[in-house]
Amino acid sequence: MPSKESQTNFALMRERILATQDGKEYWRSLEELADTDEFQEFLAREYPQQAEEWHDAVGRRTFLKLMGASLALAGLSNCTYQPPELIVPYVRQPEAEVPGKPLYFATAMTLSGVATGLLAKSNEGRPTKLEGNPDHPGSRGATDHFAQASLLTLYDPDRSQTLTFREEIRPWTEFLANLRTALDEQRGKQGAGLRFLTETVTSPTLAAQLKEILTAFPQAKWHQYEPAGRGLVNAGAQLAFGQPVNTIYRFDQARRILAIDSDFLSCVAGSLPYATGFIGGRRADESRDMNRLYAVETTPTNTGAKADHRLRLRPSEIENFTRAVAAALGVNMGSAGQAQAAGAHANWVAALARDLLAARGASIVIPGDEQSPVVHALAHAMNDALGNVGKTVIYTEPIEANPVDSIQSLRELVGDIDAGRVEMLVIVGGNPVYTTPADLKLDLNRLSKVKLRVHLSLYKDETSEICHWHIPEAHYLESWSDARAYDGTVTIIQPLIEPLYNGKTAHELLAAFSDQFDRKSYQIVRDYWMGQMGGKGVVSGERQAGSTQASNPSGDFEERWRKALHDGVVPNTAAATKTVSLKADWASQPPVPAPQPSTLEIVFRADPTIYDGRFANNGWLQELPKPLTKLTWDNAALVSPKTARDLGINNEMGSKGGNIFVDAVDLKYRDRVVRAPVWIMPGQPDGTVTVHLGYGRTRAGRAGTSTAAKPIGFNAYAIRTSDAPWFGTGVELHKTGTQYQLAATQTHFNMENRKVVRTKSLVDYLKESEGEHREAMEHDEPGYNDSMYPPYDYKNQGLGYAWGMAIDLNNCVGCNACIVACQSENNIPVVGKEQVIRSREMHWLRVDAYFGGADANNPEGPYFQPVPCMHCEQAPCEPVCPVHATVHSTEGTNDMVYNRCVGTRYCSNNCPYKVRRFNFLLYQDWTTPTYQLMRNPEVTVRSRGVMEKCTYCIQRIQLAKIESEKEGRSVRDGDIVTACQAVCPTQAIVFGNINDQESQVAKLKAGKRNYSLLEDLNTQPRTTYLAELRNPNPEIPERA
Amino acid sequence: MHRVDEPHDDLQMHLTAPVITPGHTFASVTDKISALTLRRRTPLGWYIGFAISFILVQVLLFTITYLVMTGIGIWGTNIPVGWAFPIINFVWWIGIGHAGTLISAILLLLRQEWRTSINRFAEAMTLFAVACAGLFPLLHTGRPWLAYWLFPYPNTMGIWPQFRSPLMWDVFAVSTYATVSALFWFVGLIPDLATLRDRARSRPFQIIYGLLAMGWRGSARHWHRYETAYLLLAGLSTPLVLSVHTIVSFDFAVAQLPGWHATIFPPYFVAGAIYAGFAMVLFLSIPLRKFYGLEDFITMRHIKNMAKIMLATGLIVFYGYMMEAFFAWYSGNEYEWFMMRNRVLGPYGHYYWALIFCNGLTPQLLWIKRIRNSIPAIFIISVIVSIGMWLERFVIVVTSLHRDFLPSSWGMYQPTIWDWSMFIGTIGLFFCLMFLFIRFLPIISIFEMRTILPEAEVEEETV
Repeated sequence: MPSKESQTNFALMRERILATQDGKEYWRSLEELADTDEFQEFLAREYPQQAEEWHDAVGRRTFLKLMGASLALAGLSNCTYQPPELIVPYVRQPEAEVPGKPLYFATAMTLSGVATGLLAKSNEGRPTKLEGNPDHPGSRGATDHFAQASLLTLYDPDRSQTLTFREEIRPWTEFLANLRTALDEQRGKQGAGLRFLTETVTSPTLAAQLKEILTAFPQAKWHQYEPAGRGLVNAGAQLAFGQPVNTIYRFDQARRILAIDSDFLSCVAGSLPYATGFIGGRRADESRDMNRLYAVETTPTNTGAKADHRLRLRPSEIENFTRAVAAALGVNMGSAGQAQAAGAHANWVAALARDLLAARGASIVIPGDEQSPVVHALAHAMNDALGNVGKTVIYTEPIEANPVDSIQSLRELVGDIDAGRVEMLVIVGGNPVYTTPADLKLDLNRLSKVKLRVHLSLYKDETSEICHWHIPEAHYLESWSDARAYDGTVTIIQPLIEPLYNGKTAHELLAAFSDQFDRKSYQIVRDYWMGQMGGKGVVSGERQAGSTQASNPSGDFEERWRKALHDGVVPNTAAATKTVSLKADWASQPPVPAPQPSTLEIVFRADPTIYDGRFANNGWLQELPKPLTKLTWDNAALVSPKTARDLGINNEMGSKGGNIFVDAVDLKYRDRVVRAPVWIMPGQPDGTVTVHLGYGRTRAGRAGTSTAAKPIGFNAYAIRTSDAPWFGTGVELHKTGTQYQLAATQTHFNMENRKVVRTKSLVDYLKESEGEHREAMEHDEPGYNDSMYPPYDYKNQGLGYAWGMAIDLNNCVGCNACIVACQSENNIPVVGKEQVIRSREMHWLRVDAYFGGADANNPEGPYFQPVPCMHCEQAPCEPVCPVHATVHSTEGTNDMVYNRCVGTRYCSNNCPYKVRRFNFLLYQDWTTPTYQLMRNPEVTVRSRGVMEKCTYCIQRIQLAKIESEKEGRSVRDGDIVTACQAVCPTQAIVFGNINDQESQVAKLKAGKRNYSLLEDLNTQPRTTYLAELRNPNPEIPERA
Repeated sequence: MHRVDEPHDDLQMHLTAPVITPGHTFASVTDKISALTLRRRTPLGWYIGFAISFILVQVLLFTITYLVMTGIGIWGTNIPVGWAFPIINFVWWIGIGHAGTLISAILLLLRQEWRTSINRFAEAMTLFAVACAGLFPLLHTGRPWLAYWLFPYPNTMGIWPQFRSPLMWDVFAVSTYATVSALFWFVGLIPDLATLRDRARSRPFQIIYGLLAMGWRGSARHWHRYETAYLLLAGLSTPLVLSVHTIVSFDFAVAQLPGWHATIFPPYFVAGAIYAGFAMVLFLSIPLRKFYGLEDFITMRHIKNMAKIMLATGLIVFYGYMMEAFFAWYSGNEYEWFMMRNRVLGPYGHYYWALIFCNGLTPQLLWIKRIRNSIPAIFIISVIVSIGMWLERFVIVVTSLHRDFLPSSWGMYQPTIWDWSMFIGTIGLFFCLMFLFIRFLPIISIFEMRTILPEAEVEEETV
C-alpha cells in the first residue's frame, strides 16, 4: 500500500528532484525539470499502458492525479517525428534480416527449473511463435502447452512494469543503493540475516552466482521452494540410494510400463520425450506389436486415459498396492516387506507381475512425482528387480543445482523467520506468499519480522504486495540465461527482444549482491560459459568446471558460444550417468496403516493448464480446456459419481441454457476450509476428492485475479499442509446449498453409441488380414461416395495439390498443446469465462474426450480426439452461405473469406462437426499495443461478426508453395507442417499432399485404421482419423 | 352473385350469421367505416394502446442500436445454436403475414365474398408482420451493414451472391412478398382513399388523402382498370402464399441437420403459416369489432369461418408433427431418431409438450359448435395458437441445433434479455403500425363492402 507520502505524488516527485539536485533550490526552466531522471521515470509511468493501476482503488486515484499533472505539462511535449539524435536509415539491412521473413532463434523455457528447448520465430524483432527445438532432448521438436502459451505472458500488459518500493515507483539505482546499504550491514555478520528463496534452480550460471554470494556471505542461506516440485522424487532417491539421483526413463525401449500415479505423458519433467517414446512403442502398423501401459492412479490423468489397464485407487491404497506388486515381482523388502495382501486386486497384480516379469529389461515402473518416498524407493527396487536399470531406467547426476526437499527447505526458512534470524529476504521468482502450504504460510504476519524483503517476479503478485522492493522480472524471451533439460543438457536462453517493461533477470538481481553490481545478464551468462567452454572442445558441466577452466578463451570460445546459441544446446552437458545401488535399509519404512474406507481422502494436484498458479493471468491457458474435464477458468473439487451420489451432490449439466451449475461445497481439511464447486469425474476413486492448485489468486492480473464478484476458482493452497502436500485423509465435504457456475467446452462425454472414436484391440487388429479388415471396419458404412457429378479432378488443377490431414488417435495423448499452438499461430482470441459459458469459445482446434464402457464410475478412457476443420470434399457449409464467403479451393481446402462474411452462421448450423467459430462480439483486443506485436502477421486478425475456422494453416501452405515455386519444384512432403502438427510430441497429426502417393499422409490414409468422422453423411472429409488401438492383457478380462 | 346449393349447415349459418348485418345501405356503410377515421373522436383506448406500443418501439430501437454497436453476442445465440430467437421470430412473423395474402388473393379468386370485411386489415397485418419479420434476418447477421451483399447488384467486387443458398432464396421470396403485399394493399386502398379525400374536413387530410388517392375519380374506366389490376395482383399473390413459406422452410430443409432435413417441411410450414395467420387475424379482429362497433361488418360468420380454417390448417400441422416423429423412427437413422427423442424427452422437452398442447390439442376444441360460437373461447384459442406457433419454431430451431451429430459439441441455448427486448420490440412495432392504420385508414374496404350489400346485387341483376 502506498504510504502517506504518496498523498501528493507530484509534490513528492518535485521534492525528490529538489533533493537530488543539491544546491539548486528552484529549477529555472521546465526543460531543466524534464532532464531529471525522476521526471523521465515519471513520464515513463505516465504514458505506457498503466492499466494495472486501474485495478487498485488507490492506484487509480493516483493515476488520475498523475494524469492531471501530466495534462498540465502536456504543452511541453514537442511534436517532432524523429528523435533529435542522428538516426540511420535502414538502407543496408542487417545480415539475414529480410523484412517480412521471420527468423528463428534457439532458446528455452523453464518450468520448475526444467528447460524445454524452443525455436522462437521472430518477425522484425518481435517473437510471434514458439516451436520446439528438434535438437533439444527435452523437446525433440515438440512443445507443451505451457511453452506455447508463454508467448502471451511475454506480451501480457498486466506484467509488472515498474520497480517499486512500497508500491512507489523507484529507479533501479535507488534499489541498488538501498541494497548496498543493507548488504554492508550484513557483511559484518557474514550475511547471517540474509536469505535467498528461489524456485528450483537448474541454471548453472545462477547456481554459480548463488554460490559466489554464499561464499561472500558464509552465514547466508539459500532456500528453494517449488509448490509443484519434485521434492519427493529426491527424497525417494535419498531413501533408496542414499544420494540424490535423477531418473530418466526410456519409454521407447519399454514393452511393459507400470505408472504408479504418474502422469508421465503430460505433467512431469521430460514428458515431451516420454510421450514421444511411449507412442513410439505403440506404432502397431510397423512393428505389429505395442507396449502395454498399466496405470494405477487416483486422479484421472492423460496417462490413465491412454492406459491399457487403469486401476483407480485411493491415495492411501497406493503404497500398499505398490508393495504388493513389488512382492509379486520378488523384490526383497526385508523385515517390513511382509507380502501385502493385494486384496480385491490380487488377480490384477498377479497378471501385471507376470507381464512385467516377462518383459525383464524392457519394462518401466514409474512412480508419480507426488508419491511418497517409499513408493519411489519401491519403484527403484522394482526396476532393479526387473533388470531395467541401465536399459529403460537410467540414473544420472541430479539436474538441479542443489537438489533439496523443497518443503524441508521452506520449513527451515520459516523457522528462521519465526526465530527472528532473518533480516533480509530475497525472493527470486515464484510467488511463495500464495503458494506456500497453509501451515508454513509466508504471510504478512510472518514476513513483517523480516526487515527488508525483496521480490523479483513477472507480476506484481501476492508476494510483491507484502515485499518492500518489487523488481519486475524479465520474461525468458527477454533474458539471457541458461537452464538444464530433464536429462541435464544445458541450453543458453537467449532473448528475442529487449525487455518490454524494463524487467531485470535473476542474474542481474543477484549480481547486485556482488561487487560487479551493474552487470548485464548477457555478460554474466557469457562470462560463466567462457569459463566453462574455454580451451577444451567439450564441456562437461560445471561440476567438472575446475578442471576444464579455460586458458584460451578467445577464438575457440566465440565459435562454441555461437554454436551453442545457434543450436540451442550446449554439447555434452547431459548429466553424467550414475551407477547406484539400493541402500541396505531402504525398505525399513513401516507400511502405511490400512485405509479406513469411511473417511474421505483429498488429493492435491498442480493444475493441468495454469500449473501452480504462475499462469493464472495467461488467457490462453485459462481458457484451455483441462484435458479430462474440459473445464476452463476454474478449478473444481473432483469426486466420483458414486461419491457424489452418496453425498447428495448434483451437477446440473446445461439445464439452464448452456450453463453448468454445480453444487458448491465447503472442503474442510485439518480445520481449514475452502468453498469449492464440485465436478463429478468419472474414473475418480470413490471416497476421494481431487483439488487442483493455482486458482483463487488475489493478485494475478486482469485475467487471473479472483474476486468475490468474479471468482476464478478457489485457492487450494489454503488447505494444503506441509506434511501432506499431495494427499491426505480426513477431509470433510459439507454441502452449502449454493450453486456455482462452471464453464466447460464439452458437457457431454458419452458417444451415444455413435462411431465417433473408433477403437480396437491390438489382437483383433492383427488377426484381421488387410482385406478383411477394411470390410470389418466399414461393414456398416455403405459406400456413400456415389454422386451424380463426376469427382473433382484435383490432379489437373493448378499445381496438382490436394491437401489432407490424418490424425492418428492411437498417438494422441490429449495434451492440448495443439490447441494453444493453433491459437498462437492463428491469432485466435480469448473470450473469457462468461462467453465460454455461452459456448462461444474460439478454438479452431478442439480435443474431444469421450468416456467408454458401461460403468460411469469406472469408465474406459476417455478417448481423445482432436477435431480441426474436416475440409470436406462435399462441404455442407459451402452451399448454404449466401455470399460465397466459404468456398472450396482447387487444392481441396475449404477456405473462409473473412472479408466477404456477413455472419449468417448458416455454415455453422450446417456443419456436422461444429468446428466453425463465430465472432459474436469483438473478441480481439485491438487496442493493447503489446498484443499487436504478438500477432502472427501472416494471419488476418478477425473482427466481430465473421465466422472463422481452421484453415489448415493456409499461410504455411502458401509459404511452402512460394518457396517451391521459386526453386521450380513442387512442394515436398514435409515442407508444410501445420502449427498443431509441429507442436505434437507424438506425431498424431500428419498433413500433406494426398495426391502424392508417397506422402506420409497419403500412406496413413491408405492404412487399415483410416476412417472418416461421420462417414455416412458423405461429406468426404479431408481430415481423417486412424482408429485407436488398445493392448489389453488377456489375463485381465475386464478393464479393471 | 350466384349461389349454388349449399349444405344445410352453411345455409343455417347464413341465416343466423350473414356477412353483413341486414339493414345497411350504401350510405350507411360508407358513413360508418369512414367515420372511424374522419369523424369519431379518437378513443382513449387508442391512445393508451398506441402509447404502450410506441414505448415498445423505443425498446426496439434501443436494442437495435446496442446490437449494432456491440454485436450479436448480446443475444444468447452460440455455437452450436447458431440461429435462435431472430430466426424463430422471423419465421413466426412471416407465418403471421400469410393470412393477409391468403384472404386477399386466394379467397378473392375463389370468390369467397365473406373475406371482404376482413381482407383490408388482414393485408395491413401482413405488411406489418413482414416488416417486423424483415428486421430479423437483417439484424441477425454478424455485420448487418453488409447484409446488402445478399442482393444481386452489380458491384466492383465482381461477385454474385451464392444462388445455391436458401438464404438467398429467402431474400427474393420475402422481398417479393413484401412488395406484392404492399402493392396489393395499396391498390385496394385507392378507391377508399378517394372516399376519405372527399369526406375529409380538414385541409391537410384532404391533401394527404388526395395525394394517396392518385386522382381517383370513380369513373368507369378507373373501375375497369382497377378491377383488372386487382385481379392480376391477386393472381400474382396466390403463388406467393405457397412460395414464401415453402422457401422459408427450405432454410431448414436444405440443411442436413436432423430435425431440419425433412421433405415434409414445405407443406407443413405453409399450413402452419396460414394457421398462425388466421389465429392472428382472429386475435386482432375480435377486439377491433368490439371496440369500434363493427359487429355489423365482421359478423359471427367471419369468426366461424376463420375458426374452421384454423381447425383445418391446425390438423395439417398436427399431422406434420406426427409425420416428423414417425419418419424419425421409420427412417432408421440414429441421428434422426435421437433428435426426436431428444426433442420430446430432452432438456427442451417441455417446449415440445407445450407445443403439442397449443397447436395440436387446443384447436380440437373447435370441433365443438358451442366453442365456435363463443367469441371469448375463440379469442383464447387464437392466442394459444399464436404462442404455439412460436413454440413450434423454437422447437424446430433450437432443439435440432443444440444436439446434433457429435456429442462433444452439444450445447444449450438460453435467450438473454436482449433476445426478448428485440422480440417484444417488434411486437410493439407491429401494434404501433396497426394502431396508426386503424386511426388513419379505413380498416374495412368501404367499396367492397358496398358490393356485397343486397342493393348491389339487385343492381347488377337489373343491368
